[in-house]
Amino acid sequence: MNDFVRGLRLWFAPQRLREEGDTPDYRFSLANERTFLAWLRTALALIGGGFAVAQFLPALTWGVRTCLALALLASGVLCALRAVNHWVRCERAMRRGEDLPVSRFPTLLSLAIAAVALAMVVVVLFGWES
Amino acid sequence: MSAPQRDPGLQPERTRLAWRRTTLSCTVVAVLAGRQALHQGTGPAAVSAVALGVLAWLGFLRVAHLRLTALGPARPRPMSPRAALTSAACTVALAVSAAAMLF
Repeated sequence: MNDFVRGLRLWFAPQRLREEGDTPDYRFSLANERTFLAWLRTALALIGGGFAVAQFLPALTWGVRTCLALALLASGVLCALRAVNHWVRCERAMRRGEDLPVSRFPTLLSLAIAAVALAMVVVVLFGWES
Repeated sequence: MSAPQRDPGLQPERTRLAWRRTTLSCTVVAVLAGRQALHQGTGPAAVSAVALGVLAWLGFLRVAHLRLTALGPARPRPMSPRAALTSAACTVALAVSAAAMLF
């Protein structure tokens, strides 16, 4: 938890990130940036999925549609915040010459997406449509 | 003159393209937000949700443009935490405007 708070402080104090360790090869920083952007695109895709569920599934009842859309939007927000956190942690680890941080977030995200997909299948099969 | 200094892996180029892809994704989401707004009518809640979405999109465009310019040199500096935070905040703002338009 303490590590998390310190990481959170780094979000808002860019100069402190530069103070730590040595500047790594610029190519590693750029690779880290591209990974961050890929996660951000994942977040945007989830948010776009939330919009799509809200707009293109008028046959669903209001409750089911709203729940699915909110689940997608929430996972998109989580994904975006986690993208920043992971980028900061990787950047710091590279500056200090430590191992890159491991994370169980990809597993959790895949499980969440699988759950949403299963929910969609159930909704379609059992015809919870208005 | 800059040819011998060029990175053989084209890393700045690839990072620029990654920013462009992300801007494109952001634009798609913003267009979906606008489409949702068209069906929503013109209540105060809908208008503020649309305004939030447009602001988030413009904010993202600005961050991406600054970063694309900064990636011009052969050995660009790493992205600043502020750019990372702003782009993520714009993404979150788009999600918030989407959630606001659901109700």
